[in-house]
Amino acid sequence: MKFGILILEGPYQHEASDSAYQFAKAAVEKGHEILRVFFYQDGVLNSTKLMEPQADDRHVQKMWSQFAADTGTEFIVCVAAAKRRGINDDVIADGFKIGGLGMLTELAIEADRVVTFRA
Amino acid sequence: MIVFRTAPYGTIYAFEGLENVLIMGAYDQDISVLFIDDGIYAIKDGMNTEGTGIKNFSPTFRALEAYDIEKVYVDKESLEARGLSVDDLVIEPEIIDASQVAQMMEDQKNFFIF
Repeated sequence: MKFGILILEGPYQHEASDSAYQFAKAAVEKGHEILRVFFYQDGVLNSTKLMEPQADDRHVQKMWSQFAADTGTEFIVCVAAAKRRGINDDVIADGFKIGGLGMLTELAIEADRVVTFRA
Repeated sequence: MIVFRTAPYGTIYAFEGLENVLIMGAYDQDISVLFIDDGIYAIKDGMNTEGTGIKNFSPTFRALEAYDIEKVYVDKESLEARGLSVDDLVIEPEIIDASQVAQMMEDQKNFFIF
């Protein structure tokens, strides 16, 4: 199946991004395709390379960047949501790209299912 | 289907949901919009947000018509539970009950819930 993933929450405050990551990983392992992960609302905060969690905790941004490197999945961070939260090309990590909401619309059209992760 | 179910201003879900609707409206897709639970307050007329420092974005929902988004619904029970009628809203959505909501949801390909 062709999945799209939509993440609406930032890291750590909510489990949404972790759950999305586990879902994406499991889906790929089962042979499904993730067409695109779209980060919207506070979800854009997952893309900043400035996050620095304690050493014994998971690093949400690095988990995602590694996933992008391993699978070639496209990660789009909504430009409007990113701008109002101080996320721009200077701070986004490897694997993430800034893009428009039109790319969420196209994802909804192309994917068999778009799965949303939020609070 | 785009669903508004959270109150405006306390969180940004509804405002960014509106931004999402307006972008999706620019694509030639069969879009339905549903207001349910506290999401109804996003289209309540006469909101005064002055004391909050946050822009009142409810009037922007009037743009749905300009984007040819005609399938706009409001949940009957949510409306009644809040003592509101369509006259209290900035737009005129069609009132539907829970069974119609359920039926309509059966027919959707995607949900975006704000």
